[in-house]
Amino acid sequence: MTSDLNDLYQETIIDHSKRPRNKGVLEHATHHAEGYNPLCGDRVTIELKLEDGRISGVGFQGSGCAISTASASLMTEALRGKTPEEAEQSFEKFHDMLTEDKAPAADLGKLAVFSGVRQYPMRVKCATLAWHTLRAALQGEAKAVSTE
Amino acid sequence: MSARPMSIHVDLLRGPAAAFDVDRIREDFPILREKVHGKPLVYLDNAATSQKPQAVIDSLVDYYSHYNANVHRAVHLLSARATEACDQSREKARAFINAASTNEIIFVRGTTEALNLVAQTHGRQNIQPGDEILISGLEHHSNIVPWQMLCNEKQAHLRVVPIDDAGVVPLDRFAKALNDRTRIVAIAHVSNALGTVNPLAEMIELAHRRNVPVVVDGAQAVPHMRVDVRALDADFYAFSGHKLFGPTGIGVLYGKEKLLEAMPPFQGGGDMIRSVTFEKTEYNVLPYKFEAGTPDVAGIVGLGAALDYVNGIGIDAIAAYEHELLEYATQAISPLDGVRIVGTAPHKASVISFVIDSAHPHDVGTILDREGIAVRTGHHCAQPVMDRFQIAATTRASLAFYNTAAEIDALVTGIRKVQEFFS
Repeated sequence: MTSDLNDLYQETIIDHSKRPRNKGVLEHATHHAEGYNPLCGDRVTIELKLEDGRISGVGFQGSGCAISTASASLMTEALRGKTPEEAEQSFEKFHDMLTEDKAPAADLGKLAVFSGVRQYPMRVKCATLAWHTLRAALQGEAKAVSTE
Repeated sequence: MSARPMSIHVDLLRGPAAAFDVDRIREDFPILREKVHGKPLVYLDNAATSQKPQAVIDSLVDYYSHYNANVHRAVHLLSARATEACDQSREKARAFINAASTNEIIFVRGTTEALNLVAQTHGRQNIQPGDEILISGLEHHSNIVPWQMLCNEKQAHLRVVPIDDAGVVPLDRFAKALNDRTRIVAIAHVSNALGTVNPLAEMIELAHRRNVPVVVDGAQAVPHMRVDVRALDADFYAFSGHKLFGPTGIGVLYGKEKLLEAMPPFQGGGDMIRSVTFEKTEYNVLPYKFEAGTPDVAGIVGLGAALDYVNGIGIDAIAAYEHELLEYATQAISPLDGVRIVGTAPHKASVISFVIDSAHPHDVGTILDREGIAVRTGHHCAQPVMDRFQIAATTRASLAFYNTAAEIDALVTGIRKVQEFFS
């Protein structure tokens, strides 16, 4: 297998795509939104629970490609304990990593495994679908969001 | 190129295809010499758009270099040459689908515009509240949405003939869905997502028994098989130039002259009028009534060159070769463990859609791309087809006459790589 494919499909991504964390219904969710990528037909539902101004739990449902599934899975882990503002900042840093020609922000943690996606512009939307949907959930948008 | 021989497997393609000189033909397509990620391009996305032979590319350069001018307007020589070239292309298009007259050949942007034209003119004129428009479950969005828009406007009903597990529109179901309220049938000749070839002649005959006109989306049929609109008795037949080895932005709407005469114009503007005063406009004769504004002259010239090119090979020879190649591909892919072909109609053309258990089509597309193999992944603008099979997407390989058995072998190797990667 060529090495650049391994840049995209890093081990952590393959692992989370096969064994996604926090997949399923989240009990007592306070916010939720549905996301849709018309390009590939992927759909994702994000549910989260906000307690005392912090995200105490995030869950996702839906099926998608390895990149979008792993992104949703890793996002649910990354957001726990964050305030909505901190979650928004994480999305911005994550998005910059995928679209801009500079080193990923140091505090992205495990999310840095998606840095290889930048070389695959057609796949950026796969990696950001869950995040766009999270933003919609936090903003309480009733309508399903779309990556288009 | 030595690493991947481009000669066909004579032992496997031994019918009429054995005489088909695909190596020679490939030389006509400069893009087939391109490398993708360092690998020879294996272009299997022909249902999305086809590649262009040098003759088509040259025709565009020739037009812009030597006789670029507007048509039907000036007395100068260049305008006369451009007008003549457009007239010749119209005659070539007429002959290609065996229409009775060039009055029945309307140049449009593509199949989508052709279908919208019919919906917005013939449709708006003839659909009343409570009427029905009949389509099938395998239509492309472009043969669903224009009719949905019309139905919403007219309080009419869009009826759908469902497809079976193989991706076939059963003729008995089609016959049953036709009724006294049916005013239009709109149906694909060949499904873009599954490759199913509809029994069009039989469907048209059934519709005509009830005096219902039939609009055919022929985008996926015309590049792969002989189409004779008079033998089919189609009322309208739409196709795109860019899927037929011509340029993008040009297509053809065929309509029976009697129907076209009775229809109001689609768009207003120059070229579609005979005389204009502020009180009244007299419309031009066919086909110009439906061609408002400066046409895509370069596109029309390029389409003419594409039709010449296809005729030079012969559409029957193309159909025979592709039939064997599709058979070869089906036999190569269907036995693979963990791979399922979606769309197994007995009569198919060009398309193999499939799903791999261990990998999402989008990941399949990325990994195949790294091998130089271009396929389409997604819902193929046919979401209802995906819903019918309860999948979000497929990977689709779609063939043209310049593809080879060796390229199918490369696809199979690529599928195995995907499976290894996600095992």
